[in-house]
Amino acid sequence: MTKAIPVAPDLFEETADGVCLIGGRRRADGRYVFPLPSGASAAPFERVRLGRTGRLWSWTVQRFRPKSPPYAGPPESEPFVPYAVGYVELPGQVIVESRLKVGDFSTLRLGLPMEAVAEAFVVGEDGNKVATYAFRPVAEAAP
Amino acid sequence: MSDVYIVGAGIHPFGRHKDKTGLEQGIHAARLALADAGVDWTDIQFAFGGSDAAGNADAVLPHLGLTGIQFINVKNGCATGGSALLSGCWAIKSGEFDLGIAIGFDKHPPGAFNPDPEDWGLPRWYGETGLMLTTQFFGMKIQRYMALNGITPQTLALVAEKAFENGARTDHAWRREPLGADAILASTMVSDPLTKFMFCSPAEGGVALVLASPRKARELGRTGVKLLGATVRTRDDGSFEVFSPSLDIERGPSPTELASKAAYEMAGLGPQDIDIAQIQDTESGAEIMHMAENGFCAHGEQERLVRDGATRLTGAMPINTDGGCLACGEPIGASGLRQVYENVMQLRGAAGARQMPGVPRTGYSQVYGAPGISAVCILGAG
Repeated sequence: MTKAIPVAPDLFEETADGVCLIGGRRRADGRYVFPLPSGASAAPFERVRLGRTGRLWSWTVQRFRPKSPPYAGPPESEPFVPYAVGYVELPGQVIVESRLKVGDFSTLRLGLPMEAVAEAFVVGEDGNKVATYAFRPVAEAAP
Repeated sequence: MSDVYIVGAGIHPFGRHKDKTGLEQGIHAARLALADAGVDWTDIQFAFGGSDAAGNADAVLPHLGLTGIQFINVKNGCATGGSALLSGCWAIKSGEFDLGIAIGFDKHPPGAFNPDPEDWGLPRWYGETGLMLTTQFFGMKIQRYMALNGITPQTLALVAEKAFENGARTDHAWRREPLGADAILASTMVSDPLTKFMFCSPAEGGVALVLASPRKARELGRTGVKLLGATVRTRDDGSFEVFSPSLDIERGPSPTELASKAAYEMAGLGPQDIDIAQIQDTESGAEIMHMAENGFCAHGEQERLVRDGATRLTGAMPINTDGGCLACGEPIGASGLRQVYENVMQLRGAAGARQMPGVPRTGYSQVYGAPGISAVCILGAG
């Protein structure tokens, strides 16, 4: 069993309750941003775990393979599998953009309750899976 | 402060021109604009020029004449053409100059743009995980708008149907074949709810406009089209723009709303005074949202207005009379200037098969694009 490597450091983390995105909270005015700013722009922000759940703010489906670069998903030699993307409003914090993990695109609608999860979106050259964050409908979370 | 007149307009047809560079298309448009104004290149005192992907705009100089004039290259995203025009207007208004030209041209490779995250100050993972596509942004913006304002996919299709109908009547358009709403709805889904024929494509083309002070316009006998207002605005904190990994929950005005309001104030007019409008239609949804953002209707009224044909050539508020970006394609450097060119032709009553009934007295144009920039221009009959 190979381990899933996060696509970037400090993007999301596993907690006892599940996956949380890592954002920034500006000390001056409490404004939330995602992802956590790094380098020279990091100073005004404190690192925070964002809420795990929210509601779908908007969505679409990526129906064709994005150009590479920058896309680093499964290679062009494999059949492209469309994926949904959307914005999820995390109450009292910020609206975040995300891939959506959903079986049936026709179930997506504004206001749908969503939760953060990790998703392996490609297998890297070293054979390890590369993971990013995603949101899935809460109703589909039941075992 | 001086008034500004548009005394000459020239266009190189939009579309795909395998054997011509973007630069050549810009030169072609400039020569036509000069001839239309009845002036020579040696009469031109200044130039502002823009191209996003087809090289430096001032490369037209060795072809038009090395007369030593000031030529300023403009690069301002999708508002490049609009920004070149605005800069030219300020130059005339300053009183320093009597005659100048704004030139825009471009030539993009086919297919969606593939941006580099680092050019946009974004982390690599954003592009790697497949979130960095302009088409997704357009899909998500109209998806939410439709749900909140009662707009149906049929209305998206009717916007594109009208664009192709107008394009079929327009010499400079790329798509010259009408296409019905059913075929548009049934075409390949690109980014839900937008299908292939609801999106414009990157293209090629060139446009040039000759600008003059009132004194010069009278001397040339070309006082027919006057500039009443021109503005460029950038995004506010709460605006929903392309390539945004996160958004504030508190939403604010769009750059188009800001630019529109300022342009109306400058012109001393309101939306009810506008006879014809060219507004950004990167995809069908953008035209629908921009109808409201530019003040032509309330949010949600578009459903009825579009269905009743209000925005067609023969309707009460003709919009995108040359087929807009949907039928002409979008060469970034030229696109905003094309809208103004179209309004000049309509105000002169010289738009041929696509002339709206009754020559308009006022024309409105709005170009919008990444990274959240909008340029508005209002013309009036002189």
